[in-house]
Amino acid sequence: MSERAGRSGLVAAVPVAFLVVFFVWPSGHVLVRAFGAGALREVLTDPTFRRVLWFTSWQAVLSTALTFGAGLPAAYVVARYDFTGRRLFRAFVTVPFVMPTVVVAVAFLALLRPGGAFAFLGWDRGLAPMIVAQVFFNVAVVVRIVGGFWANLDVRREDAARMLGASRARVFREVTLPLLAPALVAAASIVFLFTFTSFGVVLLLSDPAHATLEVEIYRQAFAYFDLPVAAALSLVQIVVVATVLWALSRAQERSALPQRLVAADVTARRPRGRERLFVAGVIGVTTVFLALPLVALALRSVRPGGEWSASAYRALATRPATTTSVVSPGLAIRNSVLFALVATVIALVVGGCAAFAVAARSRRVGRPLDVLVMLPLGASSVTVGLGFLLTFGSPPLDLSGAWILIPIAHALIAIPFVVRAVAPALRSIDPRLRDAAAVLGASPRAVWREVDLPIVTRAFAVAAGFCAAVSLGEFGATLFLTRPEWSTVPVAIQRLLGRPGEANVSQSLALATVLMGLTVVIVLAMERVRVRHLGEL
Amino acid sequence: MLRVSGARVVFGTTCAVDGVDLEVGERETVAVIGPSGCGKSTLLRAVAGLQPLDAGTVSWDGGDLSGVPPHRRGFGMVFQEYALFPHRDVAGNVAFGLRMQGVGPAERDRRVDDALELVGLGGFRERRVATLSGGEQQRVALARALVARPRLLMLDEPLGALDRVWRARLVDELPLLLAGAGTPALYVTHDHEEAFAVADRVAVMRDGRIVQSGPPAALWDRPADAWTAGFLGFGPAVDAEVRGPVLHTPWGPLAAPAGAPAGAVRLVVRPDGVAVGPGGAVEGTVTRVRFAGARAELTVVPAAGPALRAAVVAAAAPPAGAVVGCGLGPDALLCYPRPAD
Amino acid sequence: MATRWWRVVRAAAVAGAVALVVAGCSGGTDPGGRGSVTLLTHSSFAASPDVLAEFTARTGYEVRLVQPGDAGLALNEAILRKDAPVADVFFGIDNTFLTRAFDAGIFEPYAPPGLDLDPGVPADPQQRVTPIDRGDVCIDYDKEYFDQPGRPPAPTSFASLVDPRYEGLTVVENPATSSPGLAFLLATIAAQGDPGWKDYWRQLRANGVRVVDDWTAAYQTDFTAGGGPGDRPIVVSYGSSPPADVVYSDPPRAEPRVGVVESTCFRQYEYAGVLRGAKNQAGAKALVDFLASARFQSDMPLQMFVDPVVAGAEVPAEYRRWAVAPERPLTMTPEQIGANREEWVKEWSDIVVR
Repeated sequence: MSERAGRSGLVAAVPVAFLVVFFVWPSGHVLVRAFGAGALREVLTDPTFRRVLWFTSWQAVLSTALTFGAGLPAAYVVARYDFTGRRLFRAFVTVPFVMPTVVVAVAFLALLRPGGAFAFLGWDRGLAPMIVAQVFFNVAVVVRIVGGFWANLDVRREDAARMLGASRARVFREVTLPLLAPALVAAASIVFLFTFTSFGVVLLLSDPAHATLEVEIYRQAFAYFDLPVAAALSLVQIVVVATVLWALSRAQERSALPQRLVAADVTARRPRGRERLFVAGVIGVTTVFLALPLVALALRSVRPGGEWSASAYRALATRPATTTSVVSPGLAIRNSVLFALVATVIALVVGGCAAFAVAARSRRVGRPLDVLVMLPLGASSVTVGLGFLLTFGSPPLDLSGAWILIPIAHALIAIPFVVRAVAPALRSIDPRLRDAAAVLGASPRAVWREVDLPIVTRAFAVAAGFCAAVSLGEFGATLFLTRPEWSTVPVAIQRLLGRPGEANVSQSLALATVLMGLTVVIVLAMERVRVRHLGEL
Repeated sequence: MLRVSGARVVFGTTCAVDGVDLEVGERETVAVIGPSGCGKSTLLRAVAGLQPLDAGTVSWDGGDLSGVPPHRRGFGMVFQEYALFPHRDVAGNVAFGLRMQGVGPAERDRRVDDALELVGLGGFRERRVATLSGGEQQRVALARALVARPRLLMLDEPLGALDRVWRARLVDELPLLLAGAGTPALYVTHDHEEAFAVADRVAVMRDGRIVQSGPPAALWDRPADAWTAGFLGFGPAVDAEVRGPVLHTPWGPLAAPAGAPAGAVRLVVRPDGVAVGPGGAVEGTVTRVRFAGARAELTVVPAAGPALRAAVVAAAAPPAGAVVGCGLGPDALLCYPRPAD
Repeated sequence: MATRWWRVVRAAAVAGAVALVVAGCSGGTDPGGRGSVTLLTHSSFAASPDVLAEFTARTGYEVRLVQPGDAGLALNEAILRKDAPVADVFFGIDNTFLTRAFDAGIFEPYAPPGLDLDPGVPADPQQRVTPIDRGDVCIDYDKEYFDQPGRPPAPTSFASLVDPRYEGLTVVENPATSSPGLAFLLATIAAQGDPGWKDYWRQLRANGVRVVDDWTAAYQTDFTAGGGPGDRPIVVSYGSSPPADVVYSDPPRAEPRVGVVESTCFRQYEYAGVLRGAKNQAGAKALVDFLASARFQSDMPLQMFVDPVVAGAEVPAEYRRWAVAPERPLTMTPEQIGANREEWVKEWSDIVVR
């Protein structure tokens, strides 16, 4: 075991180096400005900022809880039942995650305003739609990460508990939940981070009285031009995030139990009798919740003036010839897909090393690395983006012409997913399997390759799907770094919405619909990565 | 051959293996038996290289294996609960060791098929591990370990999870398999009957130490102390006193066995040592008759002293409530010195 | 050990590497090379490709665009990188933020020779920046909404917005985060005076005004004539929104649905300047000249929906027909704005948002 710990130190060097170069150093450039002109003192003492911090925290906790409420039933059904369309549902669930917030806001408001299906609620911009939108975006994280892990749990323990007289609810509470704990903590940390640093959703669906820390940072930086205060706020944000991550990391480590992981296709069974209703109900409700805004969006793109017309799609194809402001959708799609592929590869490699080091239980390396790897999710995209600008734009590291910075920025956000999806699976591997392999003649590297890696293939597949989704939908850092020829689909959508005219709106919705389809295709493709002889595990 | 000298493994403040010496010669099967927690699994892991030793050495044919990692020792191991790879089918599991050795696919397939035939799982190549029964999984684990032609095979409670039928079959087949392959084996179990059936030599382990070692017959004939006798299922054990040729027991005076130490002793009754019939020295009432196929086991409660157990032919079993005489001849008794306290 | 698994991984790695190389090669010419001049601007900048091609044909320099986001973001980038500028020319600084740029000292003084500005266009006496276009931020409204029976008449002045008949019909942008939002705030200050504007905003708030964060949220999602799920027929937008409404109508319309309240218009001028320390000084100057040339000035209206400022520029008919540009709009000097902006925005926040 100590040999493993020693090796984990070496393997950990890869993600550490990557994060120091591409995250710590650039962010440092921005954060140092917090220590000037009394900005830090101002931030810590001003009641406005404290109120913003408080609001940001509790809305994040609430959103996380609601996301779990919405996502756990679907996670269970997807894990335990085999039904037609299961793979499609899993891929579909990822779509909201990718959608640019601006078009989702349009869809939500269309549903909430008079004439929309939910006008009876009487909601408009404010806390309620903002929270619902956050749930909408993040359900995918719960369903895929928790569902993926759940699928591999051994059912027999639950059966044993039932035989001992426990009701279904008690079994869930006392047997399933503890076994599921690592995945729950993993998903919770990601959802919390996303909602804590929420920006687009807040900007577009909330009202000015309810603003998060990230919005405040943006305002201070670009509206008030007060970079020291923005940097100070960013520093506070990172410290809060790091603390929460530290606590969650401890919880995750404590809750991890080596357990017999079972092949997913064995645990999943076709629903019988009343179960069919249950499965249909859960899948149906979740699908409707997620699909409503997306369908509203897609419908508007083909009914621009209230009449059926493909004019938006046609215009998308022809318009770029007439103006520099709109990039050709073909180019945007090509860029998006390319960046997604590159970002996924980077994230899987760096994140895989990090997951291995984190799961190897060596306390010295594991926990600090765990926190470091998650930090980019909790850091302000303003900080990261500006940091990149300042650090990589001039000698000695003049990468301003290198498009590789964009997938690197995406990978920073995607790596936490890899670690969160893969580490629980790694920790759950029965150590005796590794012993058996070693005695049969497998060198330590061969043990990793033959035991750890195949068993976590599923976790890697889930992670790869997320990496692609994150990259496809990433907007913040991309905006800072992009040239017109590197524009991605979300950037192109934003551009279209920047000028008046119904045609611009319908074209942006059309492009968003294309993005939806692209996401499903790519995520399904990732799912299909299967290796001969290795069953779905 | 395998030699373990002075092996010591310490976990925290507990000494799991405390100065163990052991040898396994060519073509020999040695069983290590003992109650749970006595350190036998730890010993096995230490021999495999999965557990580093705090003191002592493990050597093979004279060569110290101290710095040699598990994957280079050339040993095989069948784990408790089998540790089959869930992500590979049966053939994939069995072929694993061969792949690590670099054996080519054609020969691999041939040897895997042979191994599966050997353990009676001829058509099971493509089966998923999770769909197999306990007995089938155990045999896959065995095939997996054997096919790689290890120089020593270690088995850690391999029959623990099996049903009676399978256990009986495998207890018969294992020695044949091992002899056929010519592989020396180190077998760990808590079941002494299993060990006696399979092993050439048996070592009894208690609290990290070997308390007795020898052929099964020798062990059975003279367990080293009262505890060992108890572990082997001898009993009941009572305090008694030897004065001259007489053994004073709670059941009354009996003839002392030859060579019994004088004075205070711990008396242990051999299993099957109680003869039921007329003329038995100890009279008692039959309180229970347990039917076990061809035989019946009686529980007899004498007037004084603890209850005795005797086995009789089922057809001749007296009914419950009958008064019978139990003979406790000197051959049925073991006397161990009792420490004065 | 060439198992299928490793073959898959290897193939993916190779594919990734190839993709990297291919994409790198097709990524365009080297940045800031001898043959290009880089323009740092906001995301609203637009031009016809053949107009830019003409520039390249005339001068030999290819234009590379860097558009990181809105004007505030672009300006921040310019200021942060002033010691090692990422571009040669900056376009998109308007009169509300001029002082900020001057304080940071990011521009190299330069004026295109023979620049003939329209009368009234304020030029920088120190020639640090050159005026390129002008526009008006005004209250716009949905004509169709107010044409329907039972509705109040279309708004005509600032006073309309605080009239109870127009309760809950207006959406404005947050001046802290939005350039037109700030312009509208300045308009109210210019019209009602300081401190009169505060009462006005109190009344606005009492009359149910909604505040959103940026123009996209206001126009595209909240304005009834914007094409999105709008529910408010009065919005802060531009005098040039009517022609845009016609040009980008879907299904096509001959007349704009958007009307403009002229008396509320606030004049904005937008400037361009050569960045101090630019790698391509000659190209930068050539580009500024071109931005101020008739060719580019005539292209601007239908691309960026702004008015030219240089004499001799032709405005396309469709634009001229529908754009609203009052003779005497509300204005404020850049110095006045620079001195008071932060305080005004904070006071506004206290009145309207808290």
